[in-house]
Amino acid sequence: MNAQAAGGMPEITYNFAYLDEQTKRMIRRAILKAIAVPGYQVPFAAREMPMPYGWGTGGVQVTAAVLGPDDVLKVIDQGADDTTNAVAIRGFFEKTARVATTTSTQAATLIQTRHRVPETPLRENQILVYQVPIPEPLRFLEPRETETRQLHALAEYGLMHVKLYEDIARHGHIATTYAYPVEVAGRYVMDPSPIPKFDNPKLDDCPALQLFGAGREKRIYAIPPHTRVRSLDFEDHPFRVQRFAQSCALCAASGVYLDEVILDDKGGRMFVCSDTDYCNGRQEAGHRGEMAGEGA
Amino acid sequence: MSGTSPDDTLTPCLATGFDDPVMDGQATFRAAMWALSRPGRIEPVTPSLTPPAPLSPEAAALVLALCDYETPLWLDPALALVPDVAAFLRFHTGAPIVGDAREARFALIAEPVEMPDFSDFAQGTPDFPDASATLIVQVQGFGGGLVLEGPGIKGRTAFGAAPLPADFIARMAANRALFPLGVDLLLAGAGGVAGLPRSVTVKEG
Repeated sequence: MNAQAAGGMPEITYNFAYLDEQTKRMIRRAILKAIAVPGYQVPFAAREMPMPYGWGTGGVQVTAAVLGPDDVLKVIDQGADDTTNAVAIRGFFEKTARVATTTSTQAATLIQTRHRVPETPLRENQILVYQVPIPEPLRFLEPRETETRQLHALAEYGLMHVKLYEDIARHGHIATTYAYPVEVAGRYVMDPSPIPKFDNPKLDDCPALQLFGAGREKRIYAIPPHTRVRSLDFEDHPFRVQRFAQSCALCAASGVYLDEVILDDKGGRMFVCSDTDYCNGRQEAGHRGEMAGEGA
Repeated sequence: MSGTSPDDTLTPCLATGFDDPVMDGQATFRAAMWALSRPGRIEPVTPSLTPPAPLSPEAAALVLALCDYETPLWLDPALALVPDVAAFLRFHTGAPIVGDAREARFALIAEPVEMPDFSDFAQGTPDFPDASATLIVQVQGFGGGLVLEGPGIKGRTAFGAAPLPADFIARMAANRALFPLGVDLLLAGAGGVAGLPRSVTVKEG
């Protein structure tokens, strides 16, 4: 299937979205079972991808299995459309699937994300694919896979509550700030991937379908739309998200997740939206933060 | 069946599969994915397939999209009776066709009223609840009469399909009680597919 390109070099073509059809079917079957058992980690035969582990090989495989020619793809890395990981993965699917891409959360039908949920509320018919490094929420408490599997089977999550309690005993509050464990549909405890706990409430009753892919660990899990997702907590120490004293220095948004940017070696810093699409949209709508230039 | 008698020298023509296996497979999977994500909603499936009767085009599309050599497939007696059906599925998917329902990853059911008890199929294990069967059930059409609740549904939603066994609600309740074990259903009707994953609660409407 090598077409001779104009320059004399053979042009290499791939199957639609890179993966072969048997691999896609295997991943698709895992996705269907993941949807049927919300929060349960379905093992799948993750393939080697043309990118290193830790760069989103799980998310890329889920996206490749789900993606269709009419999809509009958005890829974000920590909320930003323009960082290396996001640009590389977007380029990968532009090349191998020739799908339309966008940076707009509104316009996208499929969003692959590394460690953030967009600020713009997701809508029906959208799919959010998370890249997951360590899918097992109990892994740092119990290293044996055979044990964690049994703990999930028995819905024995006391260990996780002990961990959160130890946080309180040591720090006076639950100090976990990202990859904060959630309980899905009243059954499985799940790692929401290393999103800030700020984003946890967005997972609950979300109208979009949420799929999670871990390539190195070979697991796929899912949250169907409108599913109850509860962050673990205690009656006397209820779950709380981070609050920021500042608003975005570029678009003046408050109530969003902010990144701290160090400006110089004299303590100068600014806080800006982590979600670049949201920030750009606000600036285009005329919102100006304290450090925004007057612009064109 | 005409063309299958032993003294017939002409081999019967095998019905063709997807026009475009890549895109048609993707579109059919997406319909099944949304169907299981939003139980009770009918997702359009419009394959250009003419599989041997009594296999319906929609059910055939689901099997072609999801099954291959890794997925033992069980056919209900109505389908098993017609050798062309097994030949069609074997050729296009490579799936081994098994006689023991318990071994099957997928089961294809053309006569829902006669369908065996869900407990005849693989339910998964507490450690691996995903190792359970998916039942592809052919129905004539969709309607109302049932109410669904559960993950994927905002509040509750009306649903119905016909024909279904008389004790369908009781069967689904027993299946729900096994959660996270249990079977998942894809109902294939004219022009669409609806999903009833094991997480759904089915009640009288």
